[in-house]
Amino acid sequence: MAVTMQAVAGAPTVNGEGPNRSRWKYLDRILLRPGGYTDEDYDPETPISNIEAAKILVIGAGGLGCEILKNLALSGFKNIDVIDMDTIDVSNLNRQFLFRQKDVGKSKASVAADFVMKRVPGCNINAHVCKIQDMDEDYYMQFTIVVCGLDSIEARRWMNATLVGMVDMENPDSLKPLIDGGTEGFKGQSRVIFPTMTSCIECQLDMHAPRAAVPLCTLATIPRQPQHCIEWAHIIKWEEQRKDIVLDTDDPEHITWLYQTALSRAQEFNISGVTYSMTQGVVKNIIPAIASTNAIIAASCCNEAFKIVTSSAPFLGNPEQNNYMLYTGDSGVYTYTFEHQKKDDCPVCGNLPKDLAVNPELTLGELVESFAERPESQLKKPNMRTEEKTLYYSAPESLRQQTEPNLKRKLSEMLVDGEEMAVSDPAFQIDFRYKRDCGGVRGELNESWLVCIAIGVLG
Amino acid sequence: METTTIEPPLQALPTAKEKRYDRQLRLWGAPGQRALEETHLLLINSSPGVAAVETLKNLVLPGVGQFSILDPAVVEEADLGVNFFLEDESLGKFRAEETVKYLMELNPDVQGHAIKEPLETFITKDKVFTPYTLILVAAPIDPTILATIRKHAEALHIPLFYLHCVGYHSHFSIQLPPAFPIVDTHPDPTATTDLRVLKPWPALQEFAREQTHAMDKMSGHDKAHIPYICLLLHYLEQWRNDHNGTVPDSYKQKQEFRDSYVRKGSPDEENFDEACAAVLKSLISPTAPSALRDIFNAPEAMELTATSPPFWFIANAISQFYTKHGGLPLPGAVPDMKAQSADYIRLQNIYKTKAREDCAEVVATVRELEKSTGRGSKLAIIEKEVENFCKGAAHIHLVRGRPLQIVLPDLPVTFGDRAKAMVFELTNPESLIGEYIAFLAWDEFVATHTTSSSVKGGKGLRVPGNNDAEFEADKEKMVGIAHKIVDGILNEAGERIEDPEYTEIKDGIEKICVELVRAGGGELHNIASLTGGLIAQEVIKVITKQYVPVDNTCLFDGVASRSYVLRV
Ligand SMILES: [Zn+2]
Repeated sequence: MAVTMQAVAGAPTVNGEGPNRSRWKYLDRILLRPGGYTDEDYDPETPISNIEAAKILVIGAGGLGCEILKNLALSGFKNIDVIDMDTIDVSNLNRQFLFRQKDVGKSKASVAADFVMKRVPGCNINAHVCKIQDMDEDYYMQFTIVVCGLDSIEARRWMNATLVGMVDMENPDSLKPLIDGGTEGFKGQSRVIFPTMTSCIECQLDMHAPRAAVPLCTLATIPRQPQHCIEWAHIIKWEEQRKDIVLDTDDPEHITWLYQTALSRAQEFNISGVTYSMTQGVVKNIIPAIASTNAIIAASCCNEAFKIVTSSAPFLGNPEQNNYMLYTGDSGVYTYTFEHQKKDDCPVCGNLPKDLAVNPELTLGELVESFAERPESQLKKPNMRTEEKTLYYSAPESLRQQTEPNLKRKLSEMLVDGEEMAVSDPAFQIDFRYKRDCGGVRGELNESWLVCIAIGVLG
Repeated sequence: METTTIEPPLQALPTAKEKRYDRQLRLWGAPGQRALEETHLLLINSSPGVAAVETLKNLVLPGVGQFSILDPAVVEEADLGVNFFLEDESLGKFRAEETVKYLMELNPDVQGHAIKEPLETFITKDKVFTPYTLILVAAPIDPTILATIRKHAEALHIPLFYLHCVGYHSHFSIQLPPAFPIVDTHPDPTATTDLRVLKPWPALQEFAREQTHAMDKMSGHDKAHIPYICLLLHYLEQWRNDHNGTVPDSYKQKQEFRDSYVRKGSPDEENFDEACAAVLKSLISPTAPSALRDIFNAPEAMELTATSPPFWFIANAISQFYTKHGGLPLPGAVPDMKAQSADYIRLQNIYKTKAREDCAEVVATVRELEKSTGRGSKLAIIEKEVENFCKGAAHIHLVRGRPLQIVLPDLPVTFGDRAKAMVFELTNPESLIGEYIAFLAWDEFVATHTTSSSVKGGKGLRVPGNNDAEFEADKEKMVGIAHKIVDGILNEAGERIEDPEYTEIKDGIEKICVELVRAGGGELHNIASLTGGLIAQEVIKVITKQYVPVDNTCLFDGVASRSYVLRV
């Protein structure tokens, strides 16, 4: 089945007494003429009215967001919302081209929206300086397409789960295509998701496995790399010596303190290479970012949005078609465009349980830690409960204290065979259900322990 | 032992410039940034040329030194719908001047210049291209003028980029000098470790013995902290004893070495895990990759003259080193591994010392070569350059630049020694050669439908599909030209493609031709912006001589959302 956008009633038509479109001469050539790949019944009247009536939500007004807003405005879109709670930093100016030195400290969303509206008259952009979690379903329901240009996996997962959860089979308008871009240095990806119909962000989570953390004991006793010394200063020494000061990674005094602490530790161990810039990079987890990669990925996302709304060419994300473009630019130019398969056992959009082997001799605490590292879950603050009892809660603090002793207990002591355990993380609208299944005779639990993840999106 | 002095904190603080460029300096570093700042880019635009303007945006932001836009046109309303670097009040003013003005707002450190002179007269001036480090030409352009630009760029060794951006499709080709070496290719760090466990030098072997000789009597803690390189060396000695002095060679032997030697040492210690994981990729002889051997055997390396570029002197010296030692100079980097701090640092220093010794030997050879070729002391090769070459030797890349392909009105399109390769591309479903052929057809259409505007009655450049009346006729013409080019390639290569494949190829190209005519020479902003990203990235690689540039033609298909690189 192909996905097509419905013509929107009430939009101005191009024929007759429509508005002056001489500004859009080049765009209209594509829209008013059938092409090599358009359907036989391509109707040149629909695309322009569809573009003018579409409402696009842009999440993030940073490196990708600036490009996305410009691209959407110059694709003829008239109604755009942008959400970003961040303020402009001087290190943004090498790529976030809607911002100037004088804007440092101001809201990204507001400055970006004002700039694009001034450059492209007729385009209306509403800026929201807030978190995506502050908006409710009614808010998200008004949009035609959501385009994400974020650097946080958490926010993407939240948005994805929300859009999947909003799909109502009775109401076609509740299906909001999600177009997501991401970059790191010379690499990036753009992907199109039709919630519940195609592979979603959660299905694709293992494509972005978290980096392995350095063990604490290495930091504490046997540092070998300059980064180990910096992490020691950051994680151990700051807590010890400046416990009452909240670390502000943008405060040069704080970074200088960490740098000097790391440097003297490095000298103690004859480790070379600690620099101020490296300290900043490690502590702020800085990812290299350049204008060119952002331009490529943002434009790819907007190109897909444009094709979806206008049907002027085939787009990524039709079921059983390609939905993902992987980009690498450090050696030549390379794209890999493919179909990422929807997973039946996806905790957000699937409906089958997931098999997972866990040793029953693990303590609950070890299981909690493993949730953060498992590529398919990546839950940092899991809450766990069975129907009968609460196993562990990361928050609120009172519950955490109450359930903390359980962390030391073995899984085999806490769950009986076949008992279900729900795992959730307040950061996401996702609920994982685990079932203990020894798959054999009672008492032979030392074999591998099958855990099933069943699925449910919290309403 | 390395010593570092603590710098006073204020000196260590980043400068305003370092703060602004922090996210990119982490990629190409201060030397790359310096190269970028010394660049003066020339853009030649005869149409809205938004892909080229977006390219400039992506270069002004990271701080290119200077840019110039040559464009004699004035701003029309249609420009406002596609070029972000114009405002309503730009209407009727010079497009070059207005675009330069709005681009310069992006970065106060960058100088922009507008050239409003017509291209025809501009290129007739003497030494007109000498101020520039790189030239960017956006189609459409009169092909005879493009040929003149190509000739100048070749003579001056200036990289030349030529691009198309039409509707959902775009293309760019890069003309680089005939020898364009890149030393700093930034290879994937996991692919670069060269530990020499099969050919340890005495200091390394000695250290490994010291670390492992009492392994059976060690405490569990000590045993768990033996660096895995030492474990590999230890078990390799055992293997040699059992196998007449040979080392594990085949995949099977390496597996046996891993499972029956290394793994037996400890079933679950982390350092033994690391050793096992490293067996397959570390037990390799340090042979030069074929790309590097091509560099050793290149005429430029074999026949040095007093004024040869330093790259070839170093290549010759490293080639001598390779012949003498049967291996490349040691890069000297040691990956992180489970170990006590002091042991790890000692190991690091053993590798560093050996790397320095190897490098010193290469430097000595370079000095001899300088002497024997009579190279003057002013041209003396900098030691740092030799060091960088030694460190990255296995990953050095040489692009053999080729002249840009230009479609001239009265000459058939030919591919020379690449014709057979093009036939192969035609039969490869992944290839976007069809799009390249469609752009060649587009160029031929422009070449045969353009009348110079300097001639009386001349209408200037005409692109296919630029008016509705001729839309259908232009489609037919374009498809006809493109099919003629396909047959030309087959004839030139002396090959045939049978049906149904032949018809499928032609149908595929026809669709792209229809798309190009549909756009009537117009750009979609998204595709222009994406193409501007790709080209800016390649310009940065060429200017900084870091990473590996496209060799030599790149296509983007915005319908299927994918790219392809062709060597034309
Ligand atoms: Zn899913």
